Formats: sequence, C-alpha cells, structure tokens
Amino acid sequence: MIAALAFYVFAGILLLSAAMVVSARNPVHSVLFLILAFFNAAGLFLLAGAEFLAMILVIVYVGAVAVLFLFVVMMLDIDFAELRGGFQRYLPVGLAVGLVLLIELGIVLGGWKLAPDAAALRFAPNLAGAHNTAQLGRLIYTDYILLFQAAGLVLLVAMIGAIVLTLRERHSALRQDITAQQSRSVRQTMELIDMPIGAGIGGSGTTGIRRPAAPAPAPAAAPAHADHGGH
Amino acid sequence: MLPVALSHYLVVAALLLVLGVFGIFLNRKNVIIMLMSVELILLAANLNLVAFSAVLQDLVGQVFVMFTLTVAAAEAAIGLAIVVIYFRNRGSIQVEDVNLMKG
Repeated sequence: MIAALAFYVFAGILLLSAAMVVSARNPVHSVLFLILAFFNAAGLFLLAGAEFLAMILVIVYVGAVAVLFLFVVMMLDIDFAELRGGFQRYLPVGLAVGLVLLIELGIVLGGWKLAPDAAALRFAPNLAGAHNTAQLGRLIYTDYILLFQAAGLVLLVAMIGAIVLTLRERHSALRQDITAQQSRSVRQTMELIDMPIGAGIGGSGTTGIRRPAAPAPAPAAAPAHADHGGH
Repeated sequence: MLPVALSHYLVVAALLLVLGVFGIFLNRKNVIIMLMSVELILLAANLNLVAFSAVLQDLVGQVFVMFTLTVAAAEAAIGLAIVVIYFRNRGSIQVEDVNLMKG
C-alpha cells in the first residue's frame, strides 16, 4: 500500500519535472528539473527492485551528466530570450506529433499481453535471496564480460572524442620544449671573450651583459615552441 | 515484484517518452534542451526495461539498462562537446543556423 503510494508520488513528480524540463524558460531551470526527474526515476527503479541501477542513476546521472549539462549551460553566453523565439510556432506540430505518438503507444499497450511461455525463456532468472547488486555483478563479469568491455571502450572513445573536439592550444601559453633544450649547444649560450685588463666590454647598454649572437635569445626565456606544428 | 501493476509503469514510461519527443519539437532552437529531451527518452526506455525485468524476474533487463546508461552518458558528453565547439566558432547554438554543410 505504502509502496503503491510511493510509486504514484514518484511517477507524478517525474512527469511534472519532465514537463518542466521541456517547457522552462531558463535552461538552468531545465537542468535542475532534469536532476529532479532523475531522482524520481531512481525512486521508481528502487520500487521495482533494481537497487543497484537506482544508485547508478543517482551517481552517474545526477552527479556527472546533469552537472555536465549545468556547466555547459552556464559556460555558454547565450541570449536565452532569443532562443525561446520559435516556441509558439513549434507548439502545434509538437503537440500533434506527441498526441499521435501517445495514441500509438496506447494502442500498443491496450492490445499487449505477456506470452505464456515467457517465464521459460528467461536468460538470467532472479535468484531468491541473493542481493540485487551481487547478482548483477556476477552476471556482468561472467556472461556479459565482452559487452562490459565494449561499454568501457565506448566510454574511452567518448572521452577521447570530447577532448579532441574541445582541446584548444593557446599560443600565449608557455610550455617546455625538451628537444630545443637538449639540442642546444654551449656555443649558443655562452661566449668566452678575451678581455684586456682594465677595458670594458662596451656595446650592450649599461648592464655590461653581452648576449651571444646565436639566433636563440637568452636561454631562460627561449620560447622555442614556434616549431610545434599542428596548432 | 512491482508494487503496482506493470501497466502503470508502462504508462509512466510512455508519457515520459512523449514528453521527450514533444520537447525536441518544442525547443527547436536550443540544442542543449534537445539533448536533455533525448536523455528523457532514454530514461523512459530504461524505465520500461526495469519494469519488465522486475515482472519477469529476469536480470538481463537490468544489465541492458546499464549499457544504455553508458551509451547515454557517452552521447551526452560528445553532444555537449560539439555544442561547445560550435558555440566557440559561431557564437550561437541555434539549430536553425546549422546549415554550413548544406550544399
């Protein structure tokens, strides 16, 4: 009874916050409502007995994906009032498509029933008494190990792709060029001069420091990253 | 087992999916909200998978939800990276402006 009540509360808040996600004026509010929707979906997962997935939803989605959205929304300097311009224009077609989709889903739901031998076709039946997380872990690390590795590859490719897309090398940044440092000869950094006693070096200003005539300037400030290529 | 009938879960998931599709049509100018609508659609699919997994007492549905979550996270990361680099280049994220590749 209490579980059913909790289901209706979670489902109601989930649908309300989903409606606010798509209709809020401010995208920051949209992201916050998306976080609320994920929390309530995690509650629904919990009621269905998928405890591990509920925690994953909270940790991964609320903790990572939604915060990523929040970062991007706040980082981009966007004129939000302008973005809302076509709201009225697209409302009828959106409502029409949504209504058609809802009617189709209703038809599918109305004529649907479980196959009589569905229970015999299960791949991994729930073991009585075993914990959800333990069962899921055993399943993933044995039967679905290849898919698990493939999921890791998907995440790796996504990470590399995101870095490659958004990496921007700044030319003003000072960075160390090890090749230039190692290939420097003594001749470029130091010059020995025979000095007669009592005479000055002359020439370079009042400091009396004489720079070598090599193309590279003073060694400490050598900005030798002009030949990186591929900026 | 589920606390309510399976059809309740399916109705909630169907409404969530319709809201996601509606959001894609409604926010034709804001790519970020379109990405959020895609997340809602994927969440509806996950809800269906979990509900059937609970009714049939079969854990494969939950394994599938894990992989869906992985792919959805990757998709959000790549999509937001594309949005950021597009905004950096053009100063706008309006979908209607994205016609550079049109011949």
